[in-house]
Amino acid sequence: MNRFFAWLFPHPLLTLILTVVWTLLQNQVSAGMVVFGLILGTIIPILTSRWWPDSPRKFKVGKMISYCLLVIWDIMVANVEVAWIVLTRPNAKLRPAWVVVPLDLRQSEAITILAGTVTLTPGTVSADLSDHGRSLLVHALDTDDPDAVRNEIKNRYERRLKEIFE
Amino acid sequence: MSWDIIAIYATSAALIIGAIFAMVGAIGLIKFNDTMVRMHAPTKVGTVGIGALLLASIIYNSVIGDGAIHSALVMAFLFVTAPISANFIAKVNIHKRSCDVPPAPEGDDTWATLNVPEADREIEPQKDGAA
Repeated sequence: MNRFFAWLFPHPLLTLILTVVWTLLQNQVSAGMVVFGLILGTIIPILTSRWWPDSPRKFKVGKMISYCLLVIWDIMVANVEVAWIVLTRPNAKLRPAWVVVPLDLRQSEAITILAGTVTLTPGTVSADLSDHGRSLLVHALDTDDPDAVRNEIKNRYERRLKEIFE
Repeated sequence: MSWDIIAIYATSAALIIGAIFAMVGAIGLIKFNDTMVRMHAPTKVGTVGIGALLLASIIYNSVIGDGAIHSALVMAFLFVTAPISANFIAKVNIHKRSCDVPPAPEGDDTWATLNVPEADREIEPQKDGAA
């Protein structure tokens, strides 16, 4: 039975997300649409499962939600900071810098989320990964201390992602 | 004060905040003089600007209109896809060598964008972006 479920729902979370997205797209909740969303949410993960090799085994949803709230808060705070820099700082006084962040995360899903977080929190854009995925290249808009940026990314985001995925 | 009036005030506030942030993003795009720096303004300040505009749409439609939860989907997809475009602009810049050369990574040999196969080394683009 367990193996049947593992075959039917290779990614239970993806099934849930697809169903919710489909229902939201209809803009009204009706039983038929939820059932159709469930059908789509079952078929699509099965058809695409071969492109999702070694997906993360553990995933803590509760911690992910609190992580999302933290990131949304950071986005809002940091946006005001960047807007202030844009409006008041002359170009000559900007101190853009490359920051190299060594990664402890090994799963590609976790690294993707970290890179997305770094880009969404203003002031930093994740630019590139090293060829075996052991470091992340981050471009900072205005910083006098690249090490501080690196430590903040590691302590604030990467540590939490590590807890979520491991 | 009824819910309608509160909703209209909230909608107006969200519209103004969104418009201000979108404008700051546009100003940044014009003002900065380096592509890597320029990329910062629209990809993120713009994201929050559009997020606030969508919030206005959600508030207005859920109180006065007939529900607009799929605006939340627009926001979700926007937040997922915005980093990708920033990432690609950065990658193209690194590839064309039109920005400062990034420092070497820790733990690996080189950055993925700079990792050119042996056979293709001769046709690498030059510093001035000629090739």
